[in-house]
Amino acid sequence: MSGSRRLLIVGGIALAVWGMSYGLWYAAFAEHQALDTIGTSLAGSFAAAADRNPALMETSLQEYREAKYIYDRQVDVHGHWIGLAMLLIVLGIGFDRVNFSERLKLFLALGLLVGSVVFPLGVLLQTISHGPLPRAIAIAGSGFVIVALLGSALGVASGGFPRAAAR
Amino acid sequence: MRARRLYLLGGIGLILTGMFFGDIFAVFTLHQNAAQVGANLAAAANAALSGNRHAVLANFQNVGAFLENRGTKVDTHVHMIDFGYLALLLAILQPWVAFREDSKKRIAWIFLLGAWLLPVGVYLIHYIGLAHSPLKAIGWASIAADFGGLLVLLATLACLLGLWMQFRGGRASSADNLLTDRSTEGRMLFAGGIALVLLGFFHGAYYAAADLYKHEAQDYSLLAQMSAAAAAGARVVVNDALTGYGQLQGAKAVNIAAHAHSVEFGLLAIMLAFFQPYVSLRATWKRRWAGVLLLGSLLLPVCVLLEVKYGLVAGGIADFAGLLIIFALLAMWIGILRYTGELDASARFMSESGVPQ
Repeated sequence: MSGSRRLLIVGGIALAVWGMSYGLWYAAFAEHQALDTIGTSLAGSFAAAADRNPALMETSLQEYREAKYIYDRQVDVHGHWIGLAMLLIVLGIGFDRVNFSERLKLFLALGLLVGSVVFPLGVLLQTISHGPLPRAIAIAGSGFVIVALLGSALGVASGGFPRAAAR
Repeated sequence: MRARRLYLLGGIGLILTGMFFGDIFAVFTLHQNAAQVGANLAAAANAALSGNRHAVLANFQNVGAFLENRGTKVDTHVHMIDFGYLALLLAILQPWVAFREDSKKRIAWIFLLGAWLLPVGVYLIHYIGLAHSPLKAIGWASIAADFGGLLVLLATLACLLGLWMQFRGGRASSADNLLTDRSTEGRMLFAGGIALVLLGFFHGAYYAAADLYKHEAQDYSLLAQMSAAAAAGARVVVNDALTGYGQLQGAKAVNIAAHAHSVEFGLLAIMLAFFQPYVSLRATWKRRWAGVLLLGSLLLPVCVLLEVKYGLVAGGIADFAGLLIIFALLAMWIGILRYTGELDASARFMSESGVPQ
């Protein structure tokens, strides 16, 4: 098996295991609490509105905003790590259909793997910092994945598409 | 039955069940549920308007229950399909897993057990809740679901270990005709799958860059507007904010669904490309079913995206596209069952006639 295929398959399965472990931890220890906070704070803000208490209303809404922001990203990270891991494995299995030199294929595989790890990591870091750096990391990671996948698609297309009669 | 066939048949079975469940959920539950959430949110806002704190809390409790109902059903659908995909991947990788066949079969059964346990557990969360649970926030259904997830995780980890042993030992795997197949239907599915994944990625990147942060800001500002107007007694502003909030939730949902479905159907098409030699159907029918699968896979996310503009017409076409995918997948599954039946029949014939296998 070539180095590029090995990198994609082993890297993909490792990333899938990592993504599932993260999801398991999240479901067991964080998700219920997060949903609770989202529900309680939103209900609290409307209850404060009923009580004509603008200060509590504002605090509760801010709490809702922050909890929802973190929850959305944590769920996204779990889904994207596993989704991208499956893409890596699938591409790894069919990587011999990419008609480029092994060196270029290794480069594409590395781009895909790095992007697949870094893109959700950037999203996860957004829950710690709202600054531009985590967002830049996520954009860079997704850029790596898209460019490497485009390169792989070009490699597949350069092999030509057979007519039914040519089989 | 060998481990590869277990993963393959179990995986397609999971995907089919997950898709069928998703279609039923989309037609009979999703829109009705969204309407109930909207109605209860509106009732909560109106209760705040009239200063009735208890009604606010009661209505939010209803919103929470409806959202939990919706969330657990979406999770059931997604996890069932994703575990099906993972099963297909593990099926392809089996020749490279350096364990004995009976160990591989045991791992496959553990995987499939977990892959069914998790979505069934998640589905039951809404109905079982915290009844008789020893924990404060997690009920028995959640515990079962988490245990299912753990089984899948352990089985996948075992496969990774087997692959690692294979690669470290530098052992050569036997030639695999699944990976050398270059049939027209295989290439159609492979190329179409990559195109769908790329389409989904571009849409996801566009949505993240153009709308995601805008939608998040709108979510907060509309709720703030709603509660502030309720406190000030401004009914018209509350109603406007409620309408805007409903439209925003719709826009978010269709964008996320279109992105996820495009990528997932692309992955499915690529995986099915590898299994075409196992589909025991005539070549013309294999090509037709590959075409139907790709057509449905393109039509569904595009129509989901158009639902905001064209409403139920686009939604109906999206549901029809989902059915196309289910039919194509079912046809391929039957083809694979026929193939495995032929294998079993020839194995039985050889053992009965005394030919060594």
